[in-house]
Amino acid sequence: MRWIKAILEQHLRPLAVAACFACFAVAGGVVTAAQAPPAPQARFVVVLDAAHGGDDPGGHLDTQAEKAYTLALSVKLRSLLNARGIQVVTTRESDANVDANRRSEIANHANAQACLSLHASQTGTGVHLFASSLAPAAPTRLPAWKTGQSAWVTRSLAMAGILNSALQHAGVSVTLGRTALPAVDSMTCPAIAIEIAPDHAGGATKAGLDDPGYQARVAEALAAAMLEWKTEARQP
Amino acid sequence: MIARHQTILFGVLLAASIAMGGVLWQLRERAHQRLLQGEDSAPTQAPQVAPAEQATLLVANDADNSLLSQVQTLPLPQDQGARARLILGKLMDLYAAPNAAHPVSGGASSIAQVFLLPAPSLAAGAGASQAKSPDASGPQLAVVNLTGSFASSHPSGLEAETLTVLSICGTLHANLPHVTQVRFLVDGQQRPTLAGHADLTRTYLATDAVPTEGVHP
Repeated sequence: MRWIKAILEQHLRPLAVAACFACFAVAGGVVTAAQAPPAPQARFVVVLDAAHGGDDPGGHLDTQAEKAYTLALSVKLRSLLNARGIQVVTTRESDANVDANRRSEIANHANAQACLSLHASQTGTGVHLFASSLAPAAPTRLPAWKTGQSAWVTRSLAMAGILNSALQHAGVSVTLGRTALPAVDSMTCPAIAIEIAPDHAGGATKAGLDDPGYQARVAEALAAAMLEWKTEARQP
Repeated sequence: MIARHQTILFGVLLAASIAMGGVLWQLRERAHQRLLQGEDSAPTQAPQVAPAEQATLLVANDADNSLLSQVQTLPLPQDQGARARLILGKLMDLYAAPNAAHPVSGGASSIAQVFLLPAPSLAAGAGASQAKSPDASGPQLAVVNLTGSFASSHPSGLEAETLTVLSICGTLHANLPHVTQVRFLVDGQQRPTLAGHADLTRTYLATDAVPTEGVHP
């Protein structure tokens, strides 16, 4: 009898322990499946590039330099986007020198879903939206620095369409175009250069660049467009 | 009482002064005649009057960010480089005119030179066109040398600068179809941008600027 008891103790105990582990594992798995938190959503980042700055004043507007105007617009737009739950990365937060390559580096490291290069001008009317004039190309693992945008041109044009719709919905006249802008041409994200000019629609000046109402209308429209772009980007 | 010898000396000195004045006047007249003889104002060569031809200019309009085709009649030389310079000069004159739709100061003198070279192939490894002469019918690269004063006084802005660059490219291609690529220099040097925005370091494809109906450049 003693030897039978020894065999049982020797072989059944590990089995019992293994069975207990199996039970806990199954139970734990069920609990994990039942209480799993929702999968984290892919982050949506917008890069705001306030053009010029530091020694480079940009164009001379009526009452201020272009660099000051774009910085103010960047700050305003960042607040509006943050309020809509959109993460924002800016290329400059003060009157600092940031060259075109550094701007592209910041945008590319942010792995952003949208990059907006902000400009202002006294010429023309309304808001000018410019996509890169690079020809669309297939994405490559190591894109050339000066033509990094070529793989994103199609997406950039799609984003320009959404920006155009939002601005026109806000009653702002829009012109679309293509341009060669070094900072945008090196960005590996959907990128648009936005140039704000006085609103001369219909010949007469409806709103100057310094008009707070006009600024707010443009900024709200841009924020709304980014929200729509975010929704579109989430769709499979 | 004046001494006699002093009166005689005075008379001699006076006569000598008058004589010297006369001699100087003669010398001056001779020098003037020599100068006039050296300046041959007659034309040495009959002026060549180039026949008036039609040139197509792509004129920019800031109001709607467009390029509009406009035909102008102007005397054009046979040399392709000089021809390109004159046509672009006419385009710049339109921009410098009062009430221009795309106001840019400077006028025709803004275009210092236009050089025409065989266009390098954009495809990697293709270098066949390198051997062609500038007068060959193959694709050509136009190098437009702008003056520094033009670039300095150009209105700063994405739209304004882009329209200037594209109108130059489009006008060159419309009148010299062999020009397929355009590069820009300012005072003979490469410059990063025209006035802070439009990239002047890249080679522009002339066909990019040709507008199609209803589409902006």
